[in-house]
Amino acid sequence: MIELQNVCRTFTVGDQQVAALRDISLRLDAGEYISIMGPSGSGKSTILNMLGLLDRPTSGTYLLDGGSVTELNDEQQARVRREKIGFVFQSFHLVPRLTAAQNVELPMILAGIPAEERKARVQVLMRNYGLTDRADHKPDQLSGGQRQRVAIARATVMNPTVLLADEPTGNLDRTTGWEVLKLLEGLMERGITLVVVTHDAEIGARSRRQIHMLDGRIVSDEQRAK
Amino acid sequence: MRLADTLQFASGSLRGSPTRTLLMMLAMSIGVAAVVVLTALGEGARRYVVDQFSSLGTNLVIVLPGRTETAGIGPGLMSGQTPRDITLDDAQALLRSRAIKRIAPLTVGSATLSRGALNREVVVAGSTADLLEVRHMSIGIGRFLPEGDIHESASVCVLGNQMKQELFGNEQAVGQWVRLGDRRFRVIGVLAAQGESMGMRTDELVIVPVASAHQLFNTSSLFRILIEAKSRDYIEQAKHDAEEIMVQRHSGERDVTVITQDAVLATFDRILTTLTVAVGGIAAISLAVAGVLIMNVMLIAVAQRVKEIGLLKALGAPGRQIRLLFFAEAALLSSAGSVAGLALGYAGSMIIGQIYPTLPVSPPWWAVLAACATALGTGILFSVWPARRAAKLDPVAALAGR
Repeated sequence: MIELQNVCRTFTVGDQQVAALRDISLRLDAGEYISIMGPSGSGKSTILNMLGLLDRPTSGTYLLDGGSVTELNDEQQARVRREKIGFVFQSFHLVPRLTAAQNVELPMILAGIPAEERKARVQVLMRNYGLTDRADHKPDQLSGGQRQRVAIARATVMNPTVLLADEPTGNLDRTTGWEVLKLLEGLMERGITLVVVTHDAEIGARSRRQIHMLDGRIVSDEQRAK
Repeated sequence: MRLADTLQFASGSLRGSPTRTLLMMLAMSIGVAAVVVLTALGEGARRYVVDQFSSLGTNLVIVLPGRTETAGIGPGLMSGQTPRDITLDDAQALLRSRAIKRIAPLTVGSATLSRGALNREVVVAGSTADLLEVRHMSIGIGRFLPEGDIHESASVCVLGNQMKQELFGNEQAVGQWVRLGDRRFRVIGVLAAQGESMGMRTDELVIVPVASAHQLFNTSSLFRILIEAKSRDYIEQAKHDAEEIMVQRHSGERDVTVITQDAVLATFDRILTTLTVAVGGIAAISLAVAGVLIMNVMLIAVAQRVKEIGLLKALGAPGRQIRLLFFAEAALLSSAGSVAGLALGYAGSMIIGQIYPTLPVSPPWWAVLAACATALGTGILFSVWPARRAAKLDPVAALAGR
C-alpha cells in the first residue's frame, strides 16, 4: 500500500519557482493497475519519480507499506528501491557494454546475491520472457521489443511490490507496444502494483483506475466499473 | 554488493573504453618505471663505492701520525712540541690487543728505479709480509716479502705489474737485480695486475721491506699503520685499543689519529642513499602528474556515464556504492599501471646494467615498494573528487542524461 499525503514539489529554474506537483494526495492499494495521464509538463513523470524514491517531495509525506520513507537516508532509500520498486523506462536504459543476461543480473549484483543464485534466476526469467537465445547479445544487437523485455526482466528480477513504467511503449511500434503492455499486465497475476505513465489515451484506457493530471494537480481520478 | 562483483564491474567498465584505459595505464607505468630506473642507478652508484672501499681491505683501521684537532690550536703547539713519530716498535706493540688480527706498517717515499740504462721515478712502499693480506693484494709471479724480523733490511723487492713491464718487458723478472736509489735489490715477485683501487696505483708500486725503506729514505718513522681487526664486531675495540697503546707508548700524549674505514664508508653510504631517495622523489612527481591525468579522465568518464550512474541509483545502488565502484576502477588502473611500470623499470635497469657492466644496477626494494604505494595512493586520491561527483548525481537528472 502506497500513500502520498499533501505532496508538493517545486523546482527552481533560474530565479523562478516552478511547481511540478501541487498538494497531491493519492492512495494506491496493493495489486492495483493505475495509469497516470496528462500532457507533457503536467507532473506525471515527477509523480512517478516521487513514487520510485528518485525524487524527494519539497513538502508532504510518502508512506510505503505504512511507514514514512520521506525521512530515510540515502542508504535506506536505496535499499527500498532495490527490494520493493522496479523501473521500466521509455528509453530502456540498458547498459550497452553488458549482455542481456548481465543487464538482468545487475540489480541482484547490487543486492549482493551470490553468483549461482543469480545465474539460476536470470535463466528462469530469460526463458519466461522468450529471451533465452538472446541472452549473450549486447543491447545494440536486440530489437526495441527485445530490449524492453530485457528491461522488464531486470525490473522484476528482485520481485518488487511496485512496478513503475514511464511511457514503456513510447519508443516502440504499435504491435510491439501492445505485446510489452500485455507482458506488464501479466505481472499483476503475481500481485504486483503496476503504475503506467502515458499520454496515450488508448493505453490508459486499459487500466481500471485512471488519473488525469494538469499543471501539477490531479484533475480526475476515475475507477472504471468491473 | 560483494567485493568480487565490485572489482568485476569496475574492470568491465575499464575494458569498455580500452583506449582511455591504456593511456592512463601508460602514464602510471612511466611514473613507476622512472622511479625504479632512477633509484636503481642511485643504488648502483652506492654499491659501486661500497665495493671499491671493501676492495681496499676489510675491517680496516688506520693509524696516522699527528692529531686532527677540531678546537683551534693543538696541544703540541702549546707546549712547543711536534707530534712524535710512529715507529716500528709502536706498530709491533699494537699486536698486544686481542681485537687486532694483523698489522702492516707502511712507509712511503719516492726513489729512482733503474735497470741498466732504463730508469724512472717510482713510489716505494716499505712494509711487511702481512701487507698482502691486509690490503687484499695478490701476487702474480714469485712471492711476496718474506716473513721474519721486522727490523731486518733484506735487499729484496716486489714490483707492480706495470713496473715489471716497463723494466723487463716480456723477460723473466724474478731473480734479476734492480737498482733503487743507491742500493741494489733482487726482484722476488711481481704483483698481479689490479688497476686503480681508490687512488693508489699498485701497478706502479715497488714494495720493499720496511727496514730497507727506512734506510733508503734515511728515516725511522712510519707513514701509516694499517690494522686489520679480528672481525667487523671488533673494529671499535681495535680502534680503542690502538689509541690506548699509542697513548701509553707516547707518554700519555694523544698525538696520533686512528680512523676506521667504516666511518668513511658510512659517510659515503649516507650521502649516496640520500641522493637515491632524492632522485626517486623527483621521479615520483611524475606519478603525481599521472594522478592528475587519472582525475581528469575520470571526470570525463563520469560525465559520459551519467545515464549509467542514474540507472544504478534507480536499481538501488546507494551513493556509497557508486563511490566504491569508481575507487575500484582507480585502484585496478593503478595496480595494472604499477605492474607494467615495474616490468618496464626492471627491463630499463637491465639494459643500463648491460651498457655499464661495472655498475651493479638493481632497484632497492624500498623504492619498488614506495613506487607502487605512491601509484596506488595517487590513483585513489585523485579519484576521490570524480567518485564523489558521481555519487552525488541527482538520479532523475542523470537518467535524463543531464
